[in-house]
Order: sequence, then structure tokens, then C-alpha cells
Amino acid sequence: MAKVITGVGCPYCGASCDDIEVTVSDDGTKVLEVKNACAIGNQVFHHASTPGRITSPRLRQPDGTYKEISYEEAIDRAARILVNAKKPLIYGFGSTNCEGMSAAGRVAEKAGAVLDNCASICHGSSFLAIFDNGYPSCTLGEVKNRADVIVYWASNPAHAHPRHMSRYSIFPRGFFTGKGHMGRKIICIDPRVTDTARVADIHLQVQQGHDYELFNAFRTVLHGGDIPDMVAGIPKEKILEAAGIMKKARFGTVFYGMGLCHSDGRNHNVDIAISMTRDLNEFTKWTIMAMRGHYNIAGPGVVWSWQFGFPYCIDMTKRDLVHMNPGETSSVDLAMRDEVDAFVNIGTDAGAHFPIPAVQHLKKHPWITIDPNICMASEISDLHIPVAVVGVETGGVVYRMDNVPIQFKKVVEPAGGILTDEELFDKIYERMCELDQEA
Amino acid sequence: MGEYLIKNGFVFDPVQGINGDKSDVALKDGKIVETTALSSGATVIDASGMTVMAGGVDIHSHVAGAKVDVGRLLRPEDKLFKSPKKTGKVSRVEMGYSVPTTFKTGYDYTRMGYSFVMEAAMPPLEAPHTHEEMRDTPIIDMAAMPVYGNNWFMLEYLKNGEIENNAAYSAWLMTATKGFAIKVVNPGGTEAWGWGLNCTTIHDPVPYFDITPAEIIKGLIETNEYLRLPHSIHLHPNNLGNPGNYETTLETLRLAEGYSPKSDFGREQVLHNTHLQFHSYGGDSWGNFESKAKEVMDYVNQQKNLTIDLGCVTLDETTTMTADGPFEHHLNGLNHLKWANTDVELETAAGVVPYVYGKNVKVCDIQWAIGLEIALFAKDMMRTFLTTDHPNAGPFFRYPRIIKWLMSKQSRDELLHSFKWADRVIAATNLESIDREMTFNEIAQMTRAGPAKALGIAHMYGSLKPGMNGNVAVYNINPEHMPADPDEIEKAFLRAAYVFKDGVMVSRDGEILATPPKLALWVNAKVPENAQVRRDIYEKFRKYYSVNLENYPVRDELAPNQRVIELDITA
Amino acid sequence: MAKINLNMITQRAIEEGVAMEKGKTTPDYFEACSIIEMNAEDIKKLGINPNANVRVISESGEVIVKAVVGRQTCYPGLCHIRQGVWANQVVPPRTQSTGEPQYSGFPVTVEPAEYERIKGALELVQGACGLWKGDE
Repeated sequence: MAKVITGVGCPYCGASCDDIEVTVSDDGTKVLEVKNACAIGNQVFHHASTPGRITSPRLRQPDGTYKEISYEEAIDRAARILVNAKKPLIYGFGSTNCEGMSAAGRVAEKAGAVLDNCASICHGSSFLAIFDNGYPSCTLGEVKNRADVIVYWASNPAHAHPRHMSRYSIFPRGFFTGKGHMGRKIICIDPRVTDTARVADIHLQVQQGHDYELFNAFRTVLHGGDIPDMVAGIPKEKILEAAGIMKKARFGTVFYGMGLCHSDGRNHNVDIAISMTRDLNEFTKWTIMAMRGHYNIAGPGVVWSWQFGFPYCIDMTKRDLVHMNPGETSSVDLAMRDEVDAFVNIGTDAGAHFPIPAVQHLKKHPWITIDPNICMASEISDLHIPVAVVGVETGGVVYRMDNVPIQFKKVVEPAGGILTDEELFDKIYERMCELDQEA
Repeated sequence: MGEYLIKNGFVFDPVQGINGDKSDVALKDGKIVETTALSSGATVIDASGMTVMAGGVDIHSHVAGAKVDVGRLLRPEDKLFKSPKKTGKVSRVEMGYSVPTTFKTGYDYTRMGYSFVMEAAMPPLEAPHTHEEMRDTPIIDMAAMPVYGNNWFMLEYLKNGEIENNAAYSAWLMTATKGFAIKVVNPGGTEAWGWGLNCTTIHDPVPYFDITPAEIIKGLIETNEYLRLPHSIHLHPNNLGNPGNYETTLETLRLAEGYSPKSDFGREQVLHNTHLQFHSYGGDSWGNFESKAKEVMDYVNQQKNLTIDLGCVTLDETTTMTADGPFEHHLNGLNHLKWANTDVELETAAGVVPYVYGKNVKVCDIQWAIGLEIALFAKDMMRTFLTTDHPNAGPFFRYPRIIKWLMSKQSRDELLHSFKWADRVIAATNLESIDREMTFNEIAQMTRAGPAKALGIAHMYGSLKPGMNGNVAVYNINPEHMPADPDEIEKAFLRAAYVFKDGVMVSRDGEILATPPKLALWVNAKVPENAQVRRDIYEKFRKYYSVNLENYPVRDELAPNQRVIELDITA
Repeated sequence: MAKINLNMITQRAIEEGVAMEKGKTTPDYFEACSIIEMNAEDIKKLGINPNANVRVISESGEVIVKAVVGRQTCYPGLCHIRQGVWANQVVPPRTQSTGEPQYSGFPVTVEPAEYERIKGALELVQGACGLWKGDE
């Protein structure tokens, strides 16, 4: 008899949907069917039980090929690399649970490492803006129950968070929003005519890289000032119309994305988005939310804030104190300056997602990849240690984009006795302590 | 686990009526035992010339969970210059000041001789976060109070006068969140904040739900007593922080008249008013802002069914954080610093704003005086507890400094007269005219025996009676030879000479020696089966929550060492 | 030969997401990510037909991809390569001291390269690290 598991959390995007139904085989090893998930989430569950998964660690040989080794040997090698390095970098964590992040934090502290997560190349700019300006936000259920105006600014949920609009923002009928999308106004601001722009009531096709100017125009209008006939490629009347709708909202939310964080201005774009939200709170209720990319990429920011006081770019090389200074202690900058002498890629794929020059710099030193799957990082690393797929083969706490903790479930047994991230990091820690004592 | 004999200290245990007598305290198997129960192998600790008390109990402190962590994330500058370097073998790095990391929180409370801390506000939806942080806070036992005062279920049940249904729901929520008590923050006002509004009096109707804060408070007292919970409702009243708010406070406190406690855990109050300092303000503007501590405490002193904690301002740079969302927005309008806010669906909200209580800012100085006056006007220290509403009025590691001010008129007068606007501060407060100096016994009441009793955990904490948890603090201060310099008082209470937790020596002169397993306390109240409430829960989750009901209750892994307080009101 | 200067961005796409979860060495990932989307006018300026290969050159590298108009239209002068291996051959690693590379808004030169081969993901990344041994 196949077994149906309900209330399963989806380990893909920052919407962290936890209403997935997964049918698993009688012996609890194979995913047979997935319901409620988007196309991507569906793939994540099915991929986990595809034949051909790597189930033992692999060590790069002098001829460039990989040889399978035992977990024990892999753990020993990883521990030695971390102990011997002067400034190892442990980076990733987009796709693991908080238990793994916490265990990795202990290893990083022991190793005197730099500990960083994918926010470093993603919503790190948001952290910088939050440090300066704050973050008036809410949980996604608030949006569903109250919001009558939604702004997607430089974000494209139709592609990056496929169920965001249906579960939380545009379409759901909530307590005070019984008319669903009929009762909401949707404003999309994006330089492309995205699929999100197509469902919006108003699309402002801003000139790429000119978001700051446009925010400035909105703020000016909100404060009663006058603006030029055209700002950032948008005619004045369109700006006045959108600002009017925003000011008249009962409850509004700005969801913003990578278009702000990755463009010129970076954190300044987010900073002014926050300022605009603060301005709007002088008239009515407004909130703002970063469209975090991965299902638990909010997690390391949360966990490491309570453990170290900083969400990312945490330099522990001084060992008795830690500090953070993005630009100086951020992964890509460290890589480009050749400051690190060992690299642990965990729960992400720096091989595919870092600019290639950064990859080349990191590759000069030992590179360990901890990931369930074959990815670009695993295929260039010196040591690949496979781990269980979080949300499929192990559960744990994850933080959704609104920092709401969701307790994820395990749906199938880990393939071939694979360790979880937490178990692996704890074993690496124990081995480091042993090596310490031997020395 | 070793045995210890703590010999010849001056022992203060208000529960047993031991008031500075020179005597011995014995520890075995994690508990306090009769000295005769020890074997000859017990380690002897010479406490002669020192003060011995039970481990401290903090009734209200924001140390774990979502808004605390927002405070940490929001303020990298809170780590700058102010984090101590890691020392010792068993410890982790200790970062942060007004909002320290979980590790630093556990270590610093331990160093002060505390063994139990109540997390003051847990948004139910984010309860797993609170529990994750409590698990990562070493040594000290903890519990957390879920916030109820703006919860939609509650608003609907109480509007219809359905106390039984509200109780069934409350018990379910307590169990689901592994919570300890009914916390109420700005009742109704935080729901109004969902629309950017507030309820500043207890008669302002809550938008849409059409119930008043007064009705909410009375309904929750009735719910609490129906459930016979260990603690009373724990209330942060409406209109916090505004000039003239003492009238709202008195009106709020009067709501408790006529109610008497129904609980088997020894408490005598039906309402705990937290951080009373923030609610005892006179005047109608910041210009004529003044203390109304006397007026408020005159009332509290007469009412045996009330307890309070101070919420003392310590004149530090700190980080304010509260489920009183509209207050934080208002505060942000005053200081224009950064502002974080999180509204939590169907339940509550939270705001975070950094705040500098400047020593030469008149209003801050008056606030400082009010906090101390509340303690000094109090007649019953078993109903008056030392807090700073950490980190709102100041960080918890200032408790020893507050003890100094309470024990030494000289020390508080010196500070009072050093203020730039000393004359105006003196004119707006009563502090200068108060001669009272607290005794060690009163300090033990305010920091141990009293809060343990009010929380309903006096069977485990707050006393040195044999059978109690083996939590003992030995302070290097001699009550018979008080130091000439009051600063020595602060020093002694900041870094206890010896601290024992569950019979293990965990700290000596501030150095952390061990991190034994710590407990998470929570209350499991069994109520009669209630099909309507069960259906309401199912429906609200299906329609309005953004998370699945199955994933809402806190799982056992997040609280690895639980001490569940079981209640059965079906019997 | 026609050469045009464009402003390039790289972002998520659902096709990329699905393919990535299937595996970065799959043909699906190749199909999803080794394309550049640009305005029809710009394709015309290049003197090529849609679906022809082009060379994209930035300050930090170059890559061969297929030029398409795409469903999520760019205005003239703007182009988009979906996030992933091909885009990152040309994304400048400069971060404006924030840690975040210049993923959006950097100048590229695009020129026809109809007879050039689009390299696979492994070939690009392993090749950049001296590990590429050729297809087996």
C-alpha cells in the first residue's frame, strides 16, 4: 500500500509551501506522486528518488577522476582541511535545515572560518539596508487576510516563486479579503514585461538600473511634491496614479526582489524602498518583504543572528570575537582577493552561481562540496560528500521568506544510509576536536 | 553528579524565613538536601563572609524568539566595542550587548546566579523559533509565554462571552506552542495596528471585532482562572509609554477587583502587571512629564491579588522590542532611528526600535527614578519583582546595578544629583525624598522567592528548602560588613563567586565551568473535549493561516529536556 | 559583421528552476539556460534570425549562447540570460563593496556567431578550472 503524507513542506523557493501531499512507496523509499507543488517543487521530490544518486563520498584523484571513499575518510579529510587552513570559507546553506546551519556554525567557530550564506550574493543588500533603516514587515498570512494593494517591485514570482501569488498575495481569499483578486490592486514594476507584469493591473516598465530614481519620485509625490514629466522611463501620470492607489490602500505590501539587490546601487535601492514604506505608514498601513529565494535561505540569517549576532559574512578568524563587514568578509570579495585558503560549498552550487572568475580563484585551494546531488560545484571539487535531501529525506526547521519557522517533514528514508548535514557537521566537529588533542 | 556542602554563608531564603543566618546548604543528585544527607566525600565550599541565595528567577525578559532575533540582526553596532572576548574552554563566542546572542544570555544570567528565565512574549506562530533559541541558550532553565491579547479566536470567543470555549482554545494553544502562561500585550491595540491604528484606553473598541480592551482583560482573567494555570495573566496594558498613562493603568488594574486566584500552584494574584515603570507616567506632554509611581503603588499595595515587576530604566543605549506594534511605530516617530515591525497573522505583532536612554535627557532620568520608586514604594516585596523588561528599559545584566541603587540611597542620590537637569528631575519625582534602603532579604524576595511564587513554580525554584532544584548562588558580599563603596554591591551580584545549577558547579567568579542540560518548562492543561473549538481551529487554519495546522505545534525535538506541568481540569 | 552593445541582466526563470532541480548536466538545463533573450529590434540589428548563436562579451569573459526574443519581453537595448552557468561566464564579479556581484545591469557586446558551438555546462565550468577532459 502506498502511503500519502500530507502537510509536507516544499524544499524549493522562499514561499516554503507546506501543503504538499506526497505519495510514497510501501517500503518508504520512493516518491510516487506529488500533489499541490509547483513544477519545480514537483521535480525536487521526484529527483530525490531517481536512480543513480551518489551515495558515498568521492575524492578527486591526481588524474582528475573521482574515487569513492568511506564517510569516515571523508570526515577525516574535511576536518584536516579545516584545521590546517588559515582562513577557510564555509559558504552556502540555501538548501539545508536550521539544524545543519547550527552544526556548521559550531564547526566554523572551531575552525576560525568565515561563515557565509547565499544571501551574500542574493539578499545581502537587503541586510545592509535593514541595518541602516529597519524593516516594517509582516507574515504572509497578514497579506492574505488584509492586503488590498500589492506591489511586486523588481521581483518575478511567476517564475521564481510560482505559488506566491496564489497562496499569499494576489488570489487568495482571506478574512478581510473575501473577494480575492477582485478586491486587490496589483502593481508590478519591472524593466521586462514579465509573466508577473502580465497579471498586474499596472505595469511600470522602469528603465533597468533606475529604480532608485523611481522610488524617489514616489516618495516625492507621497509627500505632496512635484516630479518631472518622465522619471526612469515612466510618465508622471502613471506614477501619480500608482502612488494614489498606494496611499489609499487599507493594507499594502511591497514584495521586492533581485532587481533591486543586483543592480547598481544595491542596498541603496532597498533602503529607499524601506523609506517609501515608512512614508506610507504615515497615511495607512504598509509593509515590505524581501522575496527570499530558497525555502530556508532566511534560516542562516535567523540562526546565526542568535548564535553570533550577525546574519552573514561572519569572520571568525580572530577566534575570540567575530565580526562582519560585507565587501570585506563576503564570499565573492574574499575569493576575488584570494584571501581564503580552503572552501566548503554546502547546500548551494557556487560552481554554477558565482561569476566564473570567483570560481577560478577559489579553485586554487582545497574545495569541498557537501550536496545531495551532482552539480557544478561537486564536479570541480576535491572532495564531494553527499547528504540527505532536506524536506525529502530528513525534516527540520526552515524559515520562510517572512521568517516564519516551518517544521518540515521527512517523506522517505535517506538513500543508501546517507548522513544529514547536521550529522555530518557534528562528526566533522568531533574529528576536529580529536585532531586538536592529537596535536 | 557531585555533592557539595556550601558552608558558613549568610543565607537568605524568604520562603523558609531564613534571614541572613549563618548556615550550610547541601547539594546532592541535582537537588538541595538536608546537610545530613551528604556523604563524607562531599566537596566543601567555604562561603564564610559571603551571601547565599537560591538561584535567581526572572519573571519577564525578552531573550529568545523572533523579535529578539530581529533586534540582533537589526543592530550590528550592538556588537561593536561591547562584546567580551571569549575565554574559558566550554564557552562559545559571546557577541552583543543590549541583545546578546543566546550563548551570552545563558552565560551572563548564570554569572549573576540566575537559574530560571521567563521569555516574556512568544508569538504562537513563531513558537518553534522561540524554542530553538531557548534550546541554544545554555545552562538556564526557561519557559515562554505565548501572546494571547490580540488573537482572533480569543477576540471572537470573548466578544460572545464564551469563556469555556476560549479556555479550551487557550489550553490547546498552550500545548501547541509548549507555552507557559497567558501573555497579554496591548489588548486589542495590536490587532488595531493591523490597520495602522491603536487602542489607547481600555474602552476603545477593537476595529471590526467590536470588543474593548477591558472586556478582553476580564475575559482572559476568567479564562486563566477557569484553567487554574500556574501563573496569572501576565499583562502589558494599553497606552504604554505615554505621559498621563497612569490613569489607564489604574483603570486596568481595577478590572481585577473581585477576582480571586484558583490554582494549586500557590500564587495569590490574578493579574501580573509587567514593567509597571512604563505605565506610571503623569503629565500630558513630555514637557510636564512626571512620576505617578506613588499613586499607582498606593493602589497596588492595597490589592493582594496583583503582582508587578519594575521595568527599571538603566540609562543605557538599548534596543526596544515589544508585541505592542503601534507603540514601536510611535516611538520611532519620536527618535527617528531604524524601525522593524512584524505583524503576525491572526495573533499579534512586534516592533523593534533602538533607543538611547541618555543620562542627561530629563524624560529618561524621570523614567529611571520611576522604576526605582515603584520598588521603594512597594510594601510587599513578594509581589514586586526586579526586571528591566530586558532589553526595553535596559539590559538584564544591569540587575546588579539596580540592586545597588535599591540598597544604597547614597548611590542613587549621587547619580540623581549628577544629572544635567537634576532640579527638574527631582521636582518631577519623589526619589530624593525616599530614604528606604532594601535589605538582602527583600532583594531575595524580589529576585527569587517572589517571582517563583507568582509564576507557580515555587515547588522547584526560588528557595533553598530541601527537595528544591539544586540551584544556588553564592555572592562575595558580607551583609554584616557592607562595603563602603556601593559599587562593590553591583560587582558582587554581577559575578557570583559560585553558581550551582541542578547541583553542578556551572560558574565560579564569572568563569563558565560547565553547561549541563537545561530545562524547558511548559503547561499542558487537559480540558473537556470541545468539538466546536476543534472545528474552529480546523477552519481558521484552512481559511486564514498561511501554514498547515499539522506543522504548527512545536515538535519535541525543539525542546529536548522538557518539564511539563500537567493540569487536568476535567477532573 | 554587426555588433551591438546591450545592457545585460540575469534572473530566475521557471524553466531554469525545473531543469536545475532535474540536474545541471541534463539537456533540459542546457536548453533552459544557454539562451539570451533580447528585443526583436536588436536581433534585427545583429542581422541574424532568431535562434541563431551569438557571442556575448563582457568585461570579465565571453560565452556563446542562442539569441531568442523570449516571452518576457526586454525593451530595445536590454538583454537577459537566465541565471546559471552561461550567464556567469560574463557576469562581472565586482560587488560595489556589498558582496553581491553585478548580476544586473552591465554592458555586453553581442555579435553573431552562427557557426560557433554552445558549450555544455560541465565543459564551461570544468574547463575554467582546468578539469575538462572532453566528452567521453
